[in-house]
Amino acid sequence: MSATPITMRQPELKWGLPSRGHVAMFALIIAESAIFVIFVVAYLFYLGKSLTGPTPKQVLEVPIFYTICLLSSSLTIHFSVQALRRGNVATFKAWWFATIVLGAAFLYGTAHEWYRLIYHDGLTISTNLFGTTYYSLVGLHGFHVIVGLICLSAVMAFTLLGDVQQKHAYRIDVLSIYWHFVDAVWVVVFTVVYIIGR
Amino acid sequence: MSTDSIALPMVDEESRPLVDRLHDWVTTVDHKRLGILYILYALFFLVVGGIEATVMRIQLIRPHNDFVSPQVFNRMFTMHGTTMIFFVVMPVMFGFANYLIPLMIGARDMAFPRLNAFSFWLSAFGGILLYFSLVGANGLYGAGNAPDVGWFAYAPLTAQTFSRGHSTDFWTLALLVSGFGSIGTAINILTSILCLRCPGMKLGKMPLLAWLNLVMAGLVLLAIGPLTAAQIMLCLDRYLGAHFFDTQAGGSAVIWMHFFWIFGHPEVYILVIPAFAFVSEIVPVFSRKAMFGYPIMVAATVAIGFLSMTVWAHHMFTVGMSSNANTFFVLSTMAIGVPTGIKIFNWLATMWGGKIHFQTPMLFCIAFLFQFLIAGLTGIMMSAAPFDWQLGNSYFVVAHFHYVIVGGILCALFGAFYYWFPKMTGRMYNETLGKLQFWLFVLGFHLTFDFMHIPGLLGMPRRIYTYEPGRGWDNWNLIVTVGALVQGVSILIFVGNLLWSRFKGKTAGSDPWDAWTLEWTTSSPPPVYNFATIPTVRSRRPLWDLKHPEDPDWKYE
Repeated sequence: MSATPITMRQPELKWGLPSRGHVAMFALIIAESAIFVIFVVAYLFYLGKSLTGPTPKQVLEVPIFYTICLLSSSLTIHFSVQALRRGNVATFKAWWFATIVLGAAFLYGTAHEWYRLIYHDGLTISTNLFGTTYYSLVGLHGFHVIVGLICLSAVMAFTLLGDVQQKHAYRIDVLSIYWHFVDAVWVVVFTVVYIIGR
Repeated sequence: MSTDSIALPMVDEESRPLVDRLHDWVTTVDHKRLGILYILYALFFLVVGGIEATVMRIQLIRPHNDFVSPQVFNRMFTMHGTTMIFFVVMPVMFGFANYLIPLMIGARDMAFPRLNAFSFWLSAFGGILLYFSLVGANGLYGAGNAPDVGWFAYAPLTAQTFSRGHSTDFWTLALLVSGFGSIGTAINILTSILCLRCPGMKLGKMPLLAWLNLVMAGLVLLAIGPLTAAQIMLCLDRYLGAHFFDTQAGGSAVIWMHFFWIFGHPEVYILVIPAFAFVSEIVPVFSRKAMFGYPIMVAATVAIGFLSMTVWAHHMFTVGMSSNANTFFVLSTMAIGVPTGIKIFNWLATMWGGKIHFQTPMLFCIAFLFQFLIAGLTGIMMSAAPFDWQLGNSYFVVAHFHYVIVGGILCALFGAFYYWFPKMTGRMYNETLGKLQFWLFVLGFHLTFDFMHIPGLLGMPRRIYTYEPGRGWDNWNLIVTVGALVQGVSILIFVGNLLWSRFKGKTAGSDPWDAWTLEWTTSSPPPVYNFATIPTVRSRRPLWDLKHPEDPDWKYE
């Protein structure tokens, strides 16, 4: 095994590269955004093209409370990561738990809304184009919330076992970017479904 | 200068039981082994897809032939297209990227080795799922059947009503699963290039192969999402009664075309940009000159990346879009010819005045240049909407895109195989057999695809399983089929050459081509850790600097 090692003398070579966790998470977010864009385009394209009712105006109510829950969870997770960076695990744990509760509340809101739409308004995915596009777009977002909650809960479990320390702040930070992304997508979905779509 | 190698507990590889060695391959997270797995997997499917193509060509050799039934013919062209795009060219490009990028940027592995293995096995599972449809598509009740909806699976042919059983579902799921694998690999390639470069390798000093694969990975991230979304919608339509593509409930068949081609056209560039990357590495080495116009080359690639996202509906001129839409897509499609033309001139200028060595990798690159140019010219012809209205869905289109994929991409790939074979195996291929394969392949390629344009011009539509005699198509189809068989023979010689040379070839040494990028500094095949000492570079050609300390590149860059 012979090899030629190359080391060029370079005075004052300053060498810094971006961190791979952040780069990879942003790359994942780009790929995910492409998926969401197509679902949003489909939603907008089929607005008002349903051949039968119910229409968005008849059945959709704006979920302001649950939206506030989800959006404020971005703040709590931010405080949580900051606490861990400073090494304050107890504060980290409290804010992290608050994030999970807020996320779960949002998910409950979606479930409740879907229950009402299905059993009271008779809107399913096969009723009309509104049902088709509404359930798939909101459902795709809800699926991402579920994945996020599973990840957050895993971190919570490790924290309760005492395995999360200050040195893990970087990894936790990368995960928190995903959660911010899930929140940001909701801003778009909310605008499209509940503001433009009604 | 420090140590050349790291002492590892040496076990005689040959003496270990075969099961153990195979187990190592299955559980590996080493980028070189995963790269080779990708390549072998793709070569296997290349043979499968090639057999499917041969079946179609035998069926079309004369009018009213009945070698296969119309149903089987439909399955053959669907499986041929899907296999070649998703399970041959994409994995083989990912394989080369996996193998070469860490070596070229002076890293010890990819950024996420386990994600790398996961992505490979997802892609592999996707291919197996597609072919499992042959037995499983009818739910294992009887003889199954393969998908038969064409590789772009236009609605409403894919609706439950028109596609009973599960063949379309196998197609959908296979692409969905392998798509996730592609996204994983793209994230890995992008992150490795941005975050693992060795000291001194600024973005402007990376080998072009790394640059072009960076753009390719970005395109994968942008393009696979729409395909994934469309496949999810199709699943919802078929299983939950959604109406995305159901025209009877107000849905739109045309929007499937848009979603598919928003993926489909960037996909062409996902396949061809790595081919450009091979040519950009091979041409300078065999012309004994540095790459001409490196920054322009990078800029042209990035421009192609952006433009490729804006041209998708040129696949849909015959659908009947508004004249504004037609005009936009005509102009954007023609615009993409500009950066592509710049690349061709850059390669020519690299060869100009160089001391050209006509060995097999270089021969294939020169063939690539000619053939890709012609493919680009027929592409510009097709980009004019009125011309496309005349020839859309004819054999002219089939000839055009096979010119891109076989004449361009596959030729560059053959060049890459011959060029890096010594690095991957430590042995030299047989040059005589390589040249023989080259000439046979070029002959077969031109017999098939030059003459395929003509029945297209004479009005022969694509995807027909047979045709009437006396329309002037008969002899052309005969020539096309003969050419396909010649290509088949040439590929057998290629496989035989590689297999024979793998065991009996001459020892290659670490730098058989007197090349300039970092992969040639390690031994052939490289050790697990790639570099005992992480290299430091000052220019785009670190080995040139090392070999010519009196006149190093970094003085001029």
